[in-house]
Amino acid sequence: MSRNVILRIATKVLCPNIFLFALYVQFHGDYGPGGGFQAGVIMAAGFVLYALVYGLERTQGVFPPLWGHVSMASGAFLYAGVGVVTLLLGGNFLDYNALAVDHHDGQHWGIFTVELGVLLTVFGAMISIFYAFAGRRGLD
Amino acid sequence: MTEHLPVLQVAIPMMAALVSALIPRGRVAWGWAVATCWIGLGISMLILGQVLAGGTISYELGGWAAPWGIEYRIDHVNAFVLLIVSGIGAVVAPFARLSLEREIEPSHLPRFYAAFLLCLSGLLGITVTGDVFNLFVFLEVSSLTSYTMVAMGQDRRALTAAYRYLIMGSIGATFIVIGVGLLYAMTGTLNMADLAERIPEVASTRTVPVAFGFLTVGISLKLALFPLHLWLPNAYTYSPSAATAFLAATATKVAVYVLLRFFFTVFGASFSFDVMQLDYVLLPLGLVAIFSMSMVAIFQENVKRMLAYSSLAQIGYMVLGISFASVTGLTAGILHLFNHAVIKCALFLAVGSVFYRIGSVRISAMAGVGRQMPWTMGAFVLGGFSLIGVPLTVGFISKWYLILAAIERGWWPVAGLILITSLMAVVYIWRVVESAYFQPAPGGRESAREAPLALLLPTWALIIANLYFGIDASLTTGVAIEAARALLGVGS
Repeated sequence: MSRNVILRIATKVLCPNIFLFALYVQFHGDYGPGGGFQAGVIMAAGFVLYALVYGLERTQGVFPPLWGHVSMASGAFLYAGVGVVTLLLGGNFLDYNALAVDHHDGQHWGIFTVELGVLLTVFGAMISIFYAFAGRRGLD
Repeated sequence: MTEHLPVLQVAIPMMAALVSALIPRGRVAWGWAVATCWIGLGISMLILGQVLAGGTISYELGGWAAPWGIEYRIDHVNAFVLLIVSGIGAVVAPFARLSLEREIEPSHLPRFYAAFLLCLSGLLGITVTGDVFNLFVFLEVSSLTSYTMVAMGQDRRALTAAYRYLIMGSIGATFIVIGVGLLYAMTGTLNMADLAERIPEVASTRTVPVAFGFLTVGISLKLALFPLHLWLPNAYTYSPSAATAFLAATATKVAVYVLLRFFFTVFGASFSFDVMQLDYVLLPLGLVAIFSMSMVAIFQENVKRMLAYSSLAQIGYMVLGISFASVTGLTAGILHLFNHAVIKCALFLAVGSVFYRIGSVRISAMAGVGRQMPWTMGAFVLGGFSLIGVPLTVGFISKWYLILAAIERGWWPVAGLILITSLMAVVYIWRVVESAYFQPAPGGRESAREAPLALLLPTWALIIANLYFGIDASLTTGVAIEAARALLGVGS
């Protein structure tokens, strides 16, 4: 791929914009279409594009396979963690009302954090699946 | 915190699984998994205590009231199943360390424990939930992780076994979700209690019987009812011993619970048995399963595969009990759920211990192990007695109730068949005993020793449970009768 200048430059231009769009979809998900699942896939698509053009090795230098696993587990943990926090604050499991004095604020914070967890998990899962298929060997 | 126990039962193993996936060392992950399983067992005991003392528990997830939000609803039936699943988890987890270190790659260990805990959490979730879609989600959690555990087996055939399990399991899950979707379309609700109220209004439409059909076939695939059982023997044979013991004792049992829940709680016994005439389907299939699978088990050379076919026969007994649709029949079915979990888990653990020492589970290779591993094979023989249904073991208790239920209905041939198939169990257990005790150990294996204590203790804990609940069955039968009455809507 070293000679495909157009592809390489186009990728360099596209990648940051893809990430930015992913974050837009993530944070706009509270008010409109979007959310953690879509944002996670878009974010992972940026990495997949980078890997297609610059090769798997360089991509794994930027984002090691282990991070994918960490991202997957920590995202789901964040989601369930919100549930535990609401328990400790005296509500039922995942009862966002318990998160703030004002119930609207509570619901907002709850869904925001949970969606962040979804983003991390979906992104990590997509990257890990891609690495598993693209590389001959996985983590070990 | 006691009012939050239903959700903690599911959330603790799930969160623990996520941590376990990131622990780099197998031993640490094992300790973590054992601690989680024991906490789970404690929670399920507390829940059973609460249910026995105060009746049904309801928990609103996220604070959303029942028909709209997801409700966790625990009565006698699922409190009992929770105890079975978490109890088996708490016994298999300590066994797993040595057994898995021999059977799977060291680098896979933490992820195996992660899959194990996620599977546990999924099975507990299926049991605890009162929402049919939530049930489907947990069914997928437990199924996907069990495919993973099967695929981690050392034998290369484990991969094809896991693949076949994946395909059949996914078809089953799809059928279940189609059934749930049709019910939702007709009633606009996913809550089990709410469904039970609304289905009678629309029961005369064509959609509801179709939904019933999809659910029946889907769940039967999951519980490996003959003739939808083809995924099971290979999956049990080639997966790691600890995974086999865990799945054999829990996965199909939880599927039987789902069957009970849908037939009796959601659709109601009168719709399932009077309108849909389910007994005409379940009774013959159960009988054929018992008879044909016992027959196939007799001719197996691999002990794990033999026990797998025996499991299929035992599932037939449970389905037979359900097909009677009487309090005694359901009691027998639910009792056998517990009893078979204890029996089969003990047998698979004993076989796993044998594999740990001699590296094979073929009957011919097990020649002479009776003298080399007296405690392990002693456990196997006692477990075998229980499987056959010898008095003073749990197997006797469930067969007793099953025969009572058959006689109550006046179905003498069925009662006779139950006795005949018990004799078939004698044949296949005897083949192992004959090889292990009455044949000399082959050359090159004179030095095989007794299994280490870490493997013997969990096995014997289950054998003692086999004997204890066989002699004093008041707890298990008491709960099972209550559960059967609750399912049939008969007051106690």
